[in-house]
Amino acid sequence: MTDQAVAPEVGRARLRKEDARLITGQTNWTDNIDVPGLLHLAVLRSPMAHARIERVDVSPALERPGVVAAFTGRDLAGELGSLPCAWPVTEDMVLPDHPPLALDEVRHAGDPVAVVAARDRYAAADALEAIEVDYEPLPPVLDLEEALAEDAPLVHADKGTNRAYVWPLRTGEDYASVRQRADVVIKRRYRQQRLIPNAMEPRAVVVAPLAASGEYTVYSATQIPHILRIMLSTVTGIPEHKLRVVAPDVGGGFGSKLQVYGEEALALAIARKLGRPVKWTESRSEGYLATHHGRGMIQDIELAATREGRLLGLKVDLLADMGAYLMLVTPGIPILGAFMYPGIYKMDAYEFTCTGVFTTRTPTDAYRGAGRPEATYAIERMMDELAAEVGLDPVEVRRRNWIRHEEFPYTTIAGLTYDSGHYEAATDKALALFGYDELRAEQRERDERGDPVRLGIGVSTYTEMCGLAPSRVLRDLRYGAGGWEAASIRMLPTGKVEVVTGTSPHGQGHVTSWSQIAADVLGVPFEDIEVLHGDTQTAPQGMDTYGSRSLAVGGAAVHRAAEKVVEKARKVAAHLLEANEDDLEFTNGVFSVKGSPEARKTIQEIAFETFTSHDVPDGMEPTLNAEHVHDPENFSYPHGTHLCAVEVDTETGQTRIRSYVCVDDVGRVINPMIVEGQVHGGLAQGIAQALYEEAVYDTEGNLVSGTMADYLVPSAADLPEFVTDRTETPASTNPLGVKGVGEAGTIASTPAVVNAIVDALRPLGVHDVPMPCTPERVWEAIRSAQSSGTAQKEAPA
Amino acid sequence: MTHISVTVDGTAYEDDVEPRLLLVHYLRDRLGLTGTPIGCDTSNCGTCTVELDGMSVKSCTVLAVQADGCEVTTVQGLARDGAWTPLQRAFHEQHALQCGYCTPGMIMAARDLLRENPRPGPGEVRKALEGNLCRCTGYQNIVRAVLAAAEETSASEERQNTQEVTA
Repeated sequence: MTDQAVAPEVGRARLRKEDARLITGQTNWTDNIDVPGLLHLAVLRSPMAHARIERVDVSPALERPGVVAAFTGRDLAGELGSLPCAWPVTEDMVLPDHPPLALDEVRHAGDPVAVVAARDRYAAADALEAIEVDYEPLPPVLDLEEALAEDAPLVHADKGTNRAYVWPLRTGEDYASVRQRADVVIKRRYRQQRLIPNAMEPRAVVVAPLAASGEYTVYSATQIPHILRIMLSTVTGIPEHKLRVVAPDVGGGFGSKLQVYGEEALALAIARKLGRPVKWTESRSEGYLATHHGRGMIQDIELAATREGRLLGLKVDLLADMGAYLMLVTPGIPILGAFMYPGIYKMDAYEFTCTGVFTTRTPTDAYRGAGRPEATYAIERMMDELAAEVGLDPVEVRRRNWIRHEEFPYTTIAGLTYDSGHYEAATDKALALFGYDELRAEQRERDERGDPVRLGIGVSTYTEMCGLAPSRVLRDLRYGAGGWEAASIRMLPTGKVEVVTGTSPHGQGHVTSWSQIAADVLGVPFEDIEVLHGDTQTAPQGMDTYGSRSLAVGGAAVHRAAEKVVEKARKVAAHLLEANEDDLEFTNGVFSVKGSPEARKTIQEIAFETFTSHDVPDGMEPTLNAEHVHDPENFSYPHGTHLCAVEVDTETGQTRIRSYVCVDDVGRVINPMIVEGQVHGGLAQGIAQALYEEAVYDTEGNLVSGTMADYLVPSAADLPEFVTDRTETPASTNPLGVKGVGEAGTIASTPAVVNAIVDALRPLGVHDVPMPCTPERVWEAIRSAQSSGTAQKEAPA
Repeated sequence: MTHISVTVDGTAYEDDVEPRLLLVHYLRDRLGLTGTPIGCDTSNCGTCTVELDGMSVKSCTVLAVQADGCEVTTVQGLARDGAWTPLQRAFHEQHALQCGYCTPGMIMAARDLLRENPRPGPGEVRKALEGNLCRCTGYQNIVRAVLAAAEETSASEERQNTQEVTA
């Protein structure tokens, strides 16, 4: 047999190994898990945004059929510490206590007050209505600016302030002096509405205790089994080595399952107290109150530029809604954005301040993009404002300011070093696919004939920092952990391969992509590889999945571990083939001696040799395994150009996306099918922020959009067909050349859509429409521009 | 308690159930048929879609007692002897699922569409799946999958018809 080059796995659109059980219903969602003797938990939640708890009496609930136990916050206070915040962004950050069950005060609608354990889920839910609670209402705190006033009511009275922290960043020249020499200064206020993440699988947790040995298995619909294990240990006092955390099949996360939730701690404490297994599954409406929200910011942005449209400086003042408590990474979310406001552009001065504000609303935390979509929205909206102000095409104003491809690596004004990128190439490709010039011509023609349905074109040339993160950078940002990822590879005696990863997929297809990576390095068939994950017993080390980190950090770890396996196998092969290591070639999984190709051993044969270990080099350990823990040297910086064409009916305010084109550069691609899927899903969520979604509270602090019937998660009928393409500029800072892709679509698309809507309406005097751009808001924006007389000309009759 | 007889995925069951028990909880908690998941409590998301006597229903809006005397088909009853249906194959081949939580409901809703309209256009697919939410895929590959399954099904029917004519 001659050695034919086997096509590399990396770059192939391999169908997913994950799919078989998912399309046949043989799944293992947390709520599917049953354990003999299982009790169901139900949580009673505050109906008020802010109140003092005068009295809680759970005893009537105990009379209800099937109820085994019921607890108040006081009952469990000795068993549970405060829920953790791992990111104290400043030394003097205000960190309030966050008991898993409220003690004296409730601070948002949905704050948990009591919990019932019963023999089935209906009995548990029924018993909640028997619990008696007396609340003394306190004033809600809802407006971010009013919350900072001297005499504002306080969310946490013992802290004396609603200001959680102030986090500044000043780089480059002094902004005030740069502003003095500017021809153009533009100031805008944008609102990032609160969003509800809406992973399709609601949260759930099952705890199975082994009372005799004090061991507990926690099954949770989580993105972070490893972090959860550490944190649950600190909250409950159960030693870490007695806790096993399993993330079974997990139905989406988008950041909402990057959290240590009260219900997870409660389930563990109650299982310990009762010595029985327990399960808690949230209903969707309960999740809207109890699962963290995303976004929720007011952005005051000022941009200084020359009349030629060259950026001089940027000043950003953020008010960030923390909600009622600081959860796992709540305070850090806007800080992730701090480095992204300058986007892909060069400038001389940058000034950023973020003030974290407590309100009596559900806590905020990571939601797909986490800080970076907000930043990208602001800068990309401002670039359009600048283009309009200086009379340039929005693409041209970007060209005048972006980092040119020959300037990489480039250290930005915010202090990040972008290793690679080619904004010109991605933009040129996108413009051609979109038919930019033709659409502009059509826009002019429709404008001239006074078409009441106006065409608008929106551009967004984004980048983002992802692949979280170099551990030393996290130290400098005062984050409580590192950003590495672990992988190990076991060559089994029969030549099959187990890849163990610390990433914890919940839809991203790691089993497939990691198989492709390992297959290429080891030279074994894709089908011979299994990937194990999401269980602290089988994958004991990991930092889990979020921040578009899994491939750039975890995939790189798999790659390096596989290289270590090959290194060891090479020594064995040299020994068995009686050759020097230097004289060996390794191709397609076969070691052969240069010049005598008949002398050969496959790596799968070597796996068996190391298993028997009858004839390995002196002193070599048996078996063929390797581990690697990869700490990235830099973030990864995917980028791209997104173009959106909308038709806005000025008579109804209705927006229709006519076409959407994006060209993303996510570096080298492992599986183009999976990458395209990630982009599609990201686009849908970004477009949803622009057009549809908002967590709405009334003046009392009730969540008005409190069910899926009131919160508009878009359906297939609400979204357009996307045209996606790629350019490929490999990352220079990881061995695979890859960049993150999970959040890119969400980060890029929101400003592309809103820019398109504003572009359609700008001649009518509109320069902003607040998100979500519902027909009512669009119509209102047109009406108020007309009545204030800012239109360049009359709106069409 | 009310006595019901119901056939699910070809197996006949007799049970006493509370009149308020939802069909989806009967399937999941009583029969252990956990292939049909629950995604909301307002019948918006469609993840729990099953067939009741051949019509697609959201099993969170049907009581178990209403299924008395009926045949229920869930996603677990689709494959025959390990062979997937054209829709299941198409979902796999078109990468129409990521986390897969909405997938059982999507497949069941798409079956309903293709029964009524065997050759839908993309717009018709989007409209027909309006009651089923997905948060991962942006729907594009779901639409592709349904169109591909429609094409495959009608192509194989045409082949069959041709064979019958020539036979």
